[in-house]
Amino acid sequence: MHFKANVHAKLADVVLQGNLKNAKGKFVTRRAEAIKDLDDFEATRDAAAAIRNKVIDNLDLWLECFERKALDTGAQVLWAKDGVEVCRLVIEIAKKHGVTKVTKSKSMLSEEAGLNQALEAAGIQPVETDLGEYILQVDNNEPPSHIIAPAVHKSLDEVADLFHKVHGTPRKTDIPALTREAREVLRAHFLTAEMGLSGGNFLVAETGSVALVTNEGNGRMVTTMPKVHVVITGIEKVIPTLEDLSTLMRLLPRSATGQSISNYFSILTGVKKPEEHDGPEHLYFVLVDSGRADVVGGDFHEMLRCIRCGACMNHCPVYQTIGGHAYGWVYPGPMGSVLTPLYAGIENSIDLPHAATLCNQCGIVCPVKIPLPDLLRKLREKQTERGLRPLTERIGLRLWAWVAQRPKLYALGARVGARYLKWLAGDTDRIRLLPTAPEWTLGRDFPAPQGKTFRELYAARRSSTPRA
Amino acid sequence: MSSRDDILGRVRAGLHRNASNAAVAREEMLAALTNRSQGPKPGIDAEPKALLERFRLKSEQQSSTVDIVAQESDVPAAVARYLAAMNLPKSAVAWPSLARLDWAAAGLQVEGRGARDADLVGITGCFCAVAETGTLMVCSSPDTPATVSLLPETHIAVVHASRILAYMEDAWAVARKELGALPRAVNFISGPSRTGDIEQTIVLGAHGPYRVHLVIVSD
Repeated sequence: MHFKANVHAKLADVVLQGNLKNAKGKFVTRRAEAIKDLDDFEATRDAAAAIRNKVIDNLDLWLECFERKALDTGAQVLWAKDGVEVCRLVIEIAKKHGVTKVTKSKSMLSEEAGLNQALEAAGIQPVETDLGEYILQVDNNEPPSHIIAPAVHKSLDEVADLFHKVHGTPRKTDIPALTREAREVLRAHFLTAEMGLSGGNFLVAETGSVALVTNEGNGRMVTTMPKVHVVITGIEKVIPTLEDLSTLMRLLPRSATGQSISNYFSILTGVKKPEEHDGPEHLYFVLVDSGRADVVGGDFHEMLRCIRCGACMNHCPVYQTIGGHAYGWVYPGPMGSVLTPLYAGIENSIDLPHAATLCNQCGIVCPVKIPLPDLLRKLREKQTERGLRPLTERIGLRLWAWVAQRPKLYALGARVGARYLKWLAGDTDRIRLLPTAPEWTLGRDFPAPQGKTFRELYAARRSSTPRA
Repeated sequence: MSSRDDILGRVRAGLHRNASNAAVAREEMLAALTNRSQGPKPGIDAEPKALLERFRLKSEQQSSTVDIVAQESDVPAAVARYLAAMNLPKSAVAWPSLARLDWAAAGLQVEGRGARDADLVGITGCFCAVAETGTLMVCSSPDTPATVSLLPETHIAVVHASRILAYMEDAWAVARKELGALPRAVNFISGPSRTGDIEQTIVLGAHGPYRVHLVIVSD
């Protein structure tokens, strides 16, 4: 993953920068409005965090409880250690039921697993049905840049060009007309796919159900029309009761899109009864580890509370500036900068824990109170402990430590440094280009020191103030 | 080793699971499942008139339209009025449970069955409704197929005022009492389907209905 190179490319991408500017703040304003209906937002956040803790602190037992209940309803429960196993299991299920086409509602885990590519290789057609995901799929399988609004980086003009090219219809820039065009294309797929595939926002242990939060209705389509429904979710998604579900639902849509409730909220339990008109005859849960089990009980345990609302990225100054693709994997923004190192390897994502100003906007808005800046800091510590930081940085820090242990030398260094920076600033109070760290001043100025060091000022003040 | 054993084994190792902490945790789990404690809820006036008013207001905020009639036998005429006003076809698919209403008298052709792609208007009831957010709770069954509120471009729902509850938690309590186990699909519906995936501009009618009209029977 080449985060720094990505960032440079994204900052230089004029179209993307325009789109990001256009999107900026919309989710933030809507969320701020929506949380006003809750009399006690903080107490609701505390309750939600407690619900998530209750489960992840005893995840083994809750998983067994969910599994038992789900089996009782007639569902089948499968377990996958990694993305490869997810793909293998889904393809096996598809082959068993003679499936040639799969309609998908949004599943970030299937992105983690690279499921679409695996399905295609097995001769099974995957069709993304969330409008944003569909736009990306027909645009050469571009990856999503946001977990809630996958195509947020695309402009109306880009979508208009794309649909004109892919659907062979006259180019249109009316958003409702474009939406209708996608609806008509996808309706045909909903009616003919033999298998529907969804993620799961929550798994309810009490009833063995999956809960799906959607607005478009595609989640309902893929879980109602095909004869097979496969749910792919992380093992951490279990919650105890339907009451807990209600508490979390007061926070998830508000934090995600600023809605008091999503348009559709579906709680699906078991399979179609023989006398019913609709619903799948077969229901499979694929419970996925992919790095989660090893996070349990460790330094990053709290990250497992995450309910994937996206509020952290919506409020992140870094995400707002570079967009989601720069992060290089499925999950962007602050939650991604924690999850990617944990699931894809600390050594494979060296820059991500540093892609943050630690301003704690993310921590403040997180509906389940995950201390994201603390976790990012802990990841930085892990990198240092494991000697993963770049050589120049390690030498530099060692050099600094050596000097810092020699007060006279340190004072001299600080004096020279302060004078040098003052000289650089000239008669202004800021430095436009730092020759020693030009990257730092690429997008901002460096405040110039006044010319004297703290110790010099302190000494001067002491000598001029008479002692009491 | 199966993936299940491997995954659960590593989760147990992370939690330092042993027989004594497992016993304590099982007790806690059982208590959580029995007590079903509720989180903080926004204050709502639970007086029936206030509930109806809040439900209507919140439904309208979700882009549904609302009509109120005095008794169930008035529903077909109200539906006919709405369809005429909106210039929509006079034929509809309805839940089999609603086929008993005298639709023909209101000049409507209504078939009680599951919906098909070609159906333009779908008429459903609801299990109950939630005033907090202006939400219908719709349960699937042979008499109440899920497709009727999903496939047609127009969804009309009949809501009995006595079934408007304050919170989703209240709806779960009623479901446990009246249904026992959950039906295959419980759908909470709050207005027409929508998307904001192109430039975060909200468009009604993504994959489900373009419009939702509620006929509340004030009983």
